[in-house]
Amino acid sequence: MKHLLTATAAAALLAAPALAQDDTVKIGILLGFTGPIESMTQGMATGAEFAIQEINDSGNFPLGTVEPVRADSTCIDAAAATAAAERLITSDGVAAIIGAACSGVTGAVLQNVARPNGIVMISPSATSPALSDAEDDGLFFRTAPSDARQGEVIAEVLAERGVNEIALTYTNNDYGKGLADSIQSAFEAQGGTVTISAAHEDGKADYSAEIGALASAGGDILVVAGYADQGGQGIVRAALDAGAFDTFQLPDGMVSDSLTDTFGSEIDGSYGQIGGSDSEGGVTFAEMADEAGFDATGAYTAESYDAAALMLLAMAAAGSTESAEFKDKITEVANAPGEPIQPGELGRALEILAEGGDIDYVGATAIELVGNGESAGNFREVEVRNGEFETIGYR
Amino acid sequence: MDFLNALVALLNFVVVPATAYGAQLALGALGVTLVYGILRFSNFAHGDTMAFGTMATILFTWGLQAAGISLGPVPTALLALPAGIAAAALLVLGTDRAVYRFYRRRKANPVILVIVSMGVMFIYNGLVRLVIGPGDRNFDDGARFIFTVRDFREATGLDEGVGLRTSQAITVITAVIVVAVLFWFLNHTRTGKSMRAFSDNEDLALLSGINPERVVMVTWLIVAALATVAGVLYGLDKSFRPLTYFQLLLPIFAAAIVGGLGSPLGAIAGGFVIAFSEVTITYAWKKVLEYLLPQSLEPSGLVQLLSTDYKFAVSFMILVVVLLFRPTGLFRGKSV
Repeated sequence: MKHLLTATAAAALLAAPALAQDDTVKIGILLGFTGPIESMTQGMATGAEFAIQEINDSGNFPLGTVEPVRADSTCIDAAAATAAAERLITSDGVAAIIGAACSGVTGAVLQNVARPNGIVMISPSATSPALSDAEDDGLFFRTAPSDARQGEVIAEVLAERGVNEIALTYTNNDYGKGLADSIQSAFEAQGGTVTISAAHEDGKADYSAEIGALASAGGDILVVAGYADQGGQGIVRAALDAGAFDTFQLPDGMVSDSLTDTFGSEIDGSYGQIGGSDSEGGVTFAEMADEAGFDATGAYTAESYDAAALMLLAMAAAGSTESAEFKDKITEVANAPGEPIQPGELGRALEILAEGGDIDYVGATAIELVGNGESAGNFREVEVRNGEFETIGYR
Repeated sequence: MDFLNALVALLNFVVVPATAYGAQLALGALGVTLVYGILRFSNFAHGDTMAFGTMATILFTWGLQAAGISLGPVPTALLALPAGIAAAALLVLGTDRAVYRFYRRRKANPVILVIVSMGVMFIYNGLVRLVIGPGDRNFDDGARFIFTVRDFREATGLDEGVGLRTSQAITVITAVIVVAVLFWFLNHTRTGKSMRAFSDNEDLALLSGINPERVVMVTWLIVAALATVAGVLYGLDKSFRPLTYFQLLLPIFAAAIVGGLGSPLGAIAGGFVIAFSEVTITYAWKKVLEYLLPQSLEPSGLVQLLSTDYKFAVSFMILVVVLLFRPTGLFRGKSV
C-alpha cells in the first residue's frame, strides 16, 4: 500500500510538468506596466492577449493552449526589467517574450536575458535606431518601425521634391537626436547637404537665437524634428517672424492639429509624414477591438496584436516552441509570398500552415519585416493646404 | 549692396531682437535694483512678481476680449495693464505687510531677507501656476507686424530683409516712457527725493523726518509697476509661461549687477549689455561675413562662438567677470 502511494505520488509529480509542457505554451508579456508609459501599456497588453485569445479560440494551434504571463519592465529601470525577464524564463518557463516596451530596457533584456537563454523577443514599441544594429543572434524582432526608417522616408520625400540643402533642428532628447541623426545620414547618403543640425530645448519663450543660427547656415527648407506643442512650434514661429524659412518638413512629432490651429495658412506648402497606413487590416482590427470592448487606437495596441500573432504563427509554422527553431520562421510568415492574413483570420492562417501552405501575415499594421527583423513601417504623407493637414499619400 | 545686405541681416537677427530683449531686461533689472537700493536685499521673487503681474494682465485681457473691447492693431493687453499693475501692487504690499515688515522691524541681516524672498518666490510661482496653469499662453491679439521681412525685401529689392513686430516696437517705446517717468519721479518729486535719501543713508533720512514705511510702500508700488510692465512686454514679445519668468531671474540679476546694484542708470545699461552679449555671442556670423568678405575669405563654418544652448551661460560669464574685476558694476553701484 505504502509502495503504491509513493509510486502514484511520484508518477503524479512526474506527469504534471510533462502534461503542462505538452499542453500549455507560455508567452511572456514584458511591458512597462509601471513607469512613464504605464497609460499605454494596458492597451498594449490587451492587444497581445487578444491575439492569443483568438489563436486559442480557433482550436487550430498545434502545440497546445497558449497562456500569457505578464511581467513589468518598468520602461526605465534596466535592472528591474532584467530580473523580471529572468523570472519569466526560469520560474514561469515562457517559450518567448513579447516586449519590452521602451528602447532602453529592451536592449538590456535582449543582451542580459534573451541572448544568453536563446529566447526570442518581439517588441511592439521599441523604436530606437540603435536596436537595429544590436547583436541579437537573430532573436530580436520588432513590429514598430525604427526611427531610422522615418529618416529614410524623409530623405526620399525631400529628394522627390528636389531639395538639395536642408537645415535641421531637433528637440534635445533621445527621440529628437536619434531622428535627426537618421535624417542626416539618410539625406547625406543621397548626396544632399545638411547645412546645420542644431538642438533646441523645449519650453523656452523665445527661439530667435536658434533661428539666427539656422538662417545663417541657410538651406532650402527647415526640418523640425520636435514637438508640435513644445519647442517645435516656437521654432516655426520664430522662423516665420524672422523671414528665415517659409516652408518646413514636419516629422511625426509635428504633425498635429495644434500646429495648423496656430499657424493656419502661414505654413501652407509645408509637408510631413506620420506613422499610419490605410490598410484594411487596421480597420478590421478596430472593429474587432470595438466588439471585444477595448480601444484599438491606443499607441502600439495594433503592433502588440501583430507581435503576438506573428510569434504564434511562426511557432505553428516551425511546429516547435523552441526559439532556435521558430526564430527563422518569423520573417517568413510576416512577408510574401503566401496567402495574405488579416486580423481575425489567425485560425485560417493556422489551417493553411497545417496543410503545409505559405502565409503572408498582413495584420493590423500591414506589417512587413525588413533588415534585421523590424517593421518597415508605413507612413502617411501630409501637406499643409489652406491651413489644414491634408493626406497626400502613403509610403 | 553686399554691405547693405549684411547690415540688414544683422539688424534682423541681432539688433532688433536684442534691443527688445534688452529693454525687457532693463525694466526687470530696474525693479531689482530699486529693491536692493532702498530695501537693501536681493529680491529673488522679482521674476515671479513679473509672472504674477502678467498673469493678472492676461486675465483682465481675456475679460476685455470677452466684452468685445480691443485697441485695433495694438494689443488689448496694454489696456489691461493698469489693472494688472494694481493686482501686482496689492500682492507685493500684502507680502510686505505679512512677511518683509516682520524682518525689517527686527533689523534682520540682508542674507535672511534674501532667503525669505526665495520662499516668497516659490509661493508666487506656485500661485501663478495654480491660477493660470503651467502651459504656454499667447495673449498678443493686435497686428503682429509693423512691416514684415517680405514687405521690406519687396520695397528695397535687397536679398535680405528686416521685419519689425508690433510687440518689439511697443516694448521699446513703453520702456522709454516708463524710464523717463521713473527718472523724473526720482529726481524731481518730493517722494522720489526722499527715496533717494533713504537709499543713500537710512539713519540720516530718518533723522530728517522721512517716514520709512511710506518710502517702503512707494518703492513696492513702483517695483510692482515695473515688474508687471516688463513681464507683459516680455509675454507679448515672446510668450507667457510661468517657468520662463522664473528663469529670467538670472539675466535680470546679471543686468542689475553688471550695471551696479542700486544704480537705476546702471540697470538699464546692464540690461542692454546682457541682451546684446547673449545674442551676439550665440549668433552664427556666417551669413553676415559672406556678404562682407571677398569670396576667397568666406567662412566654411558657422562662425558661432557658442551654441545657442549656452545662452544663459553668457549671463553667468559676464556676471563672474564683473564681480571679479569691478564688483561695483559699470555705474559704481553698491558692491555685492
